[in-house]
Amino acid sequence: MPEQGSARPLKREKGTVRKAFLAAFPHTIPILAGFTVLGMSYGVYARAAGFSFWYPVVMAVVIFGGSLEFVAVSMLLGAFAPVQTFLMALMIQARHLFYGISMLERYRGMGWKKLYLIYAMCDETFSINCAVRAPEGVDEGWFMFFVSLLDQCYWISGAAIGAVLGGVIPFSTEGLDFAMTALFVVIFLEQWLKEKKHYTALIGVGGAAACLLLFGADSFMVPAMGCILVLLTAFRKPIERGME
Amino acid sequence: MTLSQRIVTIALCALATVITRFLPFLVFSPQKPTPRYVQYLGKALPAAIFGMLVVYCLKNVSLLSGSHGLPEALAIAVTAGLHLWKRQMLLSIAGGTAAYMLLVQLVF
Repeated sequence: MPEQGSARPLKREKGTVRKAFLAAFPHTIPILAGFTVLGMSYGVYARAAGFSFWYPVVMAVVIFGGSLEFVAVSMLLGAFAPVQTFLMALMIQARHLFYGISMLERYRGMGWKKLYLIYAMCDETFSINCAVRAPEGVDEGWFMFFVSLLDQCYWISGAAIGAVLGGVIPFSTEGLDFAMTALFVVIFLEQWLKEKKHYTALIGVGGAAACLLLFGADSFMVPAMGCILVLLTAFRKPIERGME
Repeated sequence: MTLSQRIVTIALCALATVITRFLPFLVFSPQKPTPRYVQYLGKALPAAIFGMLVVYCLKNVSLLSGSHGLPEALAIAVTAGLHLWKRQMLLSIAGGTAAYMLLVQLVF
């Protein structure tokens, strides 16, 4: 694919950009709905946990990964534990490694846009950019750029709206923190329904629960992550057979 | 936590995210096949991690005292039931959270 930009006149470039934006927008409408609602509940949740407007908004911009942002709020409420924070963030975000592997080819030759495409590659953006091809005559790089940018804008504005509302909600927000539990229960259930055998799901729940009993609520996450990796590695053969 | 500890915590989350998103583009090339073990972890990790995160969310629930984890168990049943019925992520989360808020504010 030829590189965009420098050699072409500015007018052509503008038309390219507008066309890509118009082609990308309709694909992001379902994400607009989902991110607005989920982003809002995240903003309200962070406010209910006692943080100012800026915390959810800044985290929405710099982290831009829903699951981790919810967990980050609860980690910010606990004691300062940089090693556990970093390891846990790596584990929660590890699935992105596999998005990247799937997009090695697609993001190639995108110039400066590639940096942003990779930075903003959340689950939903990945699923669109991986599955949808830009229509005939629309620049692929700009198309994927706008899918990514629009999704991130939806998430940030959802979080910002929630963060504003969270300060003025007239009823008690006690129990609203369950939104994070419900989010993970739903994702877990989706994973469960996708699998034929449930070894990995059971290793996750069982390993974490066992470590919780052994090490207590404040220090069980690092052992739990280690335990899960060890078990997944030890039982690789039967687990892989179950996946076939 | 002090403000600077909070900044470090958020920065570490952002750094870990950036690492997981960029690493494949730095390490793997589309020509060479991805190591089998890495491919395996890609398939095996998600279900395990989200199972772990459910446990993480419930880490402060005590089965022996207070409400014995009943509101959590009931709200998870509502969330899962709604999800199995409609398969609409946002509906399941909203319904389960509303059920939990009602339970802890009015019942328990």
